[in-house]
Amino acid sequence: MSGTFLGMPSLPVFGIGNLHEHEPFPKAARRELGNTQLRANLGHATRTIRDKRLAVVSELPDWEELRDAGRAIKESVMARLPELLEQFEANFTARGGTIHWARDAGEANAIVADLIREQGADEVVKVKSMATQEIGLNEYLEEQGIAAFETDLAELIVQLDHDKPSHILVPAIHKNRSQVRDIFLREMEGVDPELTNEPARLAAAARAHLRRKFLSAKVAVSGANFALADSGTLAVVESEGNGRMCLTLPETLITVMGVEKLLPAWEDLEVFMQLLPRSSTGERMNPYTSLWTGVTPDDGPQNVHLVLLDNGRSAALADEMGRSALHCIRCSACMNVCPVYERTGGHAYGSTYPGPIGAILSPLLTGITAEENNSLPYASSLCGACYDACPVKINIPDILVHLRGEDVDSKRGKKKLPSQMDLGMKAASWALSSGKHLGLVEKALPLGRLAAGPDKKITKLPGIAAGWTQSRDIPAPPAQSFRQWWDKEHQAPAAPADATGPEAPGAGAPGTIETSNGSTGPKENP
Amino acid sequence: MNARAEILDRIRSALRDAPAVPEVPRDYRRSAEHGQEELIELLTDRLLDYKANVFVEDAAAVPQRLAALLEGTVRYAVPHGLDQALFAAADVHDGGPARRVTDAPGHRLGVGELDAVDAVVTGSAVAVAETGTIILDAGPDQGRRVISLVPDRHICLVRAGDITAILPEALRRLDGTRPQTWISGPSATSDIELERVEGVHGPRTLDVVIVRE
Repeated sequence: MSGTFLGMPSLPVFGIGNLHEHEPFPKAARRELGNTQLRANLGHATRTIRDKRLAVVSELPDWEELRDAGRAIKESVMARLPELLEQFEANFTARGGTIHWARDAGEANAIVADLIREQGADEVVKVKSMATQEIGLNEYLEEQGIAAFETDLAELIVQLDHDKPSHILVPAIHKNRSQVRDIFLREMEGVDPELTNEPARLAAAARAHLRRKFLSAKVAVSGANFALADSGTLAVVESEGNGRMCLTLPETLITVMGVEKLLPAWEDLEVFMQLLPRSSTGERMNPYTSLWTGVTPDDGPQNVHLVLLDNGRSAALADEMGRSALHCIRCSACMNVCPVYERTGGHAYGSTYPGPIGAILSPLLTGITAEENNSLPYASSLCGACYDACPVKINIPDILVHLRGEDVDSKRGKKKLPSQMDLGMKAASWALSSGKHLGLVEKALPLGRLAAGPDKKITKLPGIAAGWTQSRDIPAPPAQSFRQWWDKEHQAPAAPADATGPEAPGAGAPGTIETSNGSTGPKENP
Repeated sequence: MNARAEILDRIRSALRDAPAVPEVPRDYRRSAEHGQEELIELLTDRLLDYKANVFVEDAAAVPQRLAALLEGTVRYAVPHGLDQALFAAADVHDGGPARRVTDAPGHRLGVGELDAVDAVVTGSAVAVAETGTIILDAGPDQGRRVISLVPDRHICLVRAGDITAILPEALRRLDGTRPQTWISGPSATSDIELERVEGVHGPRTLDVVIVRE
């Protein structure tokens, strides 16, 4: 295949799988907000992790330089993706690995199931992996009569409880220790009935539960955090050692990875292995990282496969504004600082990818016109905390606004008549285009007072504005506008002759404004 | 069209605006000036933070240290490339059958045997002081990846000369195509209420012996 694209530009092909909302975000969020246990758990967890992260990030004098390098590396990966994929494939294959390509979730699932059956196995151990969660691999394997055992503690908790992960790093963040104990007592075979809710005891129970599985497993399935094109190396970052167990004990290892996870060169790992652990768990380094390049004779699995997954990534890449969402290294720093996520939790987003990154990534992978995902770009206050926290500087707020625009455009395209929003915007544009227009509109203020009634609150607005008053009241407008007040104070013939100029009372000391100019002026030389 | 060709085609089509390939700014720290004692101190501090046990010894005192650490173990494993003289003191009290089992090419320890030993002793390739990371690259003194994983206790020797200050320096000393295990503290989880618990599936105890040369 030639390195130059010569074909006709094709339409983007979107992803399928666990990438959709199950109901519109506002509806799901309202229900989740009522779950006080969830909010208490999340409040505690996100606060803890924010503090830890800040402490270890502030230790590094070159944190901003690392972020800039990380962003530039990821930008260059996206720009050179076909070439890097081919280079990676050649290196991985040359060292005894086998590469499979999967256009979408269905294709990836079928490849993995076939590989497992080829080994004559009917069960596999799994390292926590976002890609396999995205394609719904466990559910698919179950249908095929293959049992998949999650081995990460949090994934195990979620799997035993027949629940769904709600956070990409700590999937059981919505459960507290007593809930975990109850799940273990109910679902884990041979567990000590005296099990307490101490995290150390719970971790020990998980160890005992999984030990035999690890030591006897023939096939393991993993994801990958990074793939290095210049050497054909894969990397998995983890904490518990379950990753190492899966990556080194079984004879067959099958890894599923999105095509965007590449890094060009070995030296790029030094940037991301500094950015990732500090951003995700707030540690200087995660306890364990494993690297393997194809097959190592006499060490680890001798039958090594990698499934390279598109599933909407090429479609996201085609969106020039949105493609940087693919820079995401799944650290979850954005969700831990997000005021919306902190209150609604991850389930409200429906998709495998919750929080701010999920609000852009899910609709980019499925297409914003897919009705299931068009409320996600609104699941944000646009406060920008996620952009500040992102180790590779993905401008999430900008992409959210861009996707909102796409959503409005796509809805407009479906209708012949202008919507209420269109009319409202048109009216606002007229009103704000000149002082005279605005003055005319302000004459209607008394009408608003009338609508507010004696309690001076407007509790119900009509039409699309109704959403605004669903959870708040609007105070009655003042009797006169600022402009009306100004005219009365300054242009009335009775104005005092010694007025010192156009300073309205309460405008503040002029000096406070001028001092702030210093920060925007030219920098002084040190 | 097969999946490979189609995916590459889709990606090329997605990039038809030919985005620029930016220059990667490498002005983050790529080396640091630290004396050896300073590196030992920093690495020790980080490892203790992860709840590892740390011992700093002169080369001549290592056999005694290993003997003390291995006291009470019924059986321990070592890779074939680790200097056997290191165990001279450890094996002295040994009255009965050999306590030390060696994993060697052609003489591999099975998973069951590894699960039954009390400890494993390995060397290491390089360490990063700033992050408290010890990197094993399956060299003859470190052995296969599995031997430092299955036993419940890992005793790891780190030569002072192999300690670097920061990660970029360590990566320059390594060959990316060798299988690697980076260890920062013993196995740990924070999955329940984000409270850190040491010891899940990997070794629950990590003893690090830093060897001054």
